[in-house]
Amino acid sequence: MHRHLISAADLTRDDAVLILDTAEEMARVAARPIKKLPTLRGRTIVNLFFEDSTRTRISFEAAEKRLSADVINFTAKGSSVSKGESLKDTAQTLEAMGVDAVVIRHGASGAPYRLANSGWIDAAVINAGDGTHQHPTQALLDAFTLRRRLTGRDTGLGQDLSGKRVTVVGDVLHSRVARSNVDLLHTLGAEVTLVAPPTLLPIGVESWPCAVSYDLDSTLPKSDAVMMLRVQRERMNAAFFPTEREYARRYGLDGDRMARLPGHAIVMHPGPMVRGMEITAEVADSDRCTAVEQVANGVSIRMAVLYLLLGGNEPAVTHARPSVSHHQPADERSAHTPFTAEEK
Amino acid sequence: MDTHANPSAADARPVLEGPDIARVLTRIAHEIVERAKGADDVVLLGIPTRGVFLAQRLAAKLEQITDRTVPVGSLDITMYRDDLRMHPPRALARTEIPGDGIDGRLVVLVDDVLFSGRTIRAALDALNDIGRPRAVQLAVLVDRGHRELPIRADYVGKNLPTSLRETVKVQLTEEDGRDTVLLGAKPAGQ
Repeated sequence: MHRHLISAADLTRDDAVLILDTAEEMARVAARPIKKLPTLRGRTIVNLFFEDSTRTRISFEAAEKRLSADVINFTAKGSSVSKGESLKDTAQTLEAMGVDAVVIRHGASGAPYRLANSGWIDAAVINAGDGTHQHPTQALLDAFTLRRRLTGRDTGLGQDLSGKRVTVVGDVLHSRVARSNVDLLHTLGAEVTLVAPPTLLPIGVESWPCAVSYDLDSTLPKSDAVMMLRVQRERMNAAFFPTEREYARRYGLDGDRMARLPGHAIVMHPGPMVRGMEITAEVADSDRCTAVEQVANGVSIRMAVLYLLLGGNEPAVTHARPSVSHHQPADERSAHTPFTAEEK
Repeated sequence: MDTHANPSAADARPVLEGPDIARVLTRIAHEIVERAKGADDVVLLGIPTRGVFLAQRLAAKLEQITDRTVPVGSLDITMYRDDLRMHPPRALARTEIPGDGIDGRLVVLVDDVLFSGRTIRAALDALNDIGRPRAVQLAVLVDRGHRELPIRADYVGKNLPTSLRETVKVQLTEEDGRDTVLLGAKPAGQ
């Protein structure tokens, strides 16, 4: 039984659509005066952050609190980890405290997988970003934002992103956001094109389920959405491009470039934005840029994931199901139906 | 537990047919108008799935009687269930509160079957988070008994004494293609 969310590639199309639909209902809670549901009352969730991330941590924390879970924040700085404690010891400490779920951010790719599969801990593990590997809830919130903007809030329910063309621009090499998005958008039926300088593309990118281009200008007119990535200076240990100015001229999004996009197309950014280099202020502040919306959607998506993984006695999201899952007989899908007369 | 305890055609017996359901809803609409002395501040909230369709039908009848538009919404109670941890989590249904909200209004909750009362308890909790109605009333198409909580309906379409070995299945045109209430035997092993 899979009860973790480690990689966007683990999700089937049905799982992903179920998460997006659930998030749509969670978004309605955010519009209420009392933004709280009793669903995870009595459950304990630890936010285990070995790497700094205010944005993702407070997004998870808001989602956990809106579902009434008890939240423990654990940052590596100043903890036993800085005294040399291993991941295993930390996990066993959390297990002894009776934790139901661990949201983990780690600088090493694969740390959440290790935590989930080593038998150190019984809790559900949710990957909140590991190294340059995966950031599945970011991909889900991006897909949610895309579906809301391109298909519509209510008309989008039950729909995937078939036929939508998404261009991902920038530092693909260091970006777990790009990896997660390529996996998830492909699962949801969208066509993804990666645009980056050759030095910022990973080895083996040819085998990814997407197209690759070095030329942003020719890709823009065919895009329904452009997703700008952050240039991750902190992960760069060599010179990947000559100067910031040259990068900005070739791969930065400014007003002229935005004008080449079709009228309905949107500009996305996972944040934090480096204005002037990846994106100009003109674009960042335009109403086509969904960066702020993505933050709000992040809370709804994380509420949906937490509810589907922890809300019942077993998760509703069953990873790596056979791809024929939507042909299964109706009685096996009863977990996805509303309460019936027999339970009133 | 298979929640679709769909009584097979052979052993299910219809206890209400289409015209009966229409009559019953007309009576409930008149009872609401009588008890609320008009329907000035009434808001109907249906509990998904079939309660929503019943609420919409009741609203249409209330409009015929009072010449006034009655706001209708839906209230999904999944997140407020007390037995969430006994089943896998379910897909959420739509919660839609009419634009003017429910503060100070007379909220009539509408559902198809009243059984243990746990759905209605959850609905009362959900209402708490959404606003403060002047009063809350409950209208159900069928009351089959076996309450586990001190809850009773204000408007009942049909009182249907049942045994726990029986199932009650409400079918409505909007969802199932026909209007009927079926009483059947629960399949063995449940």
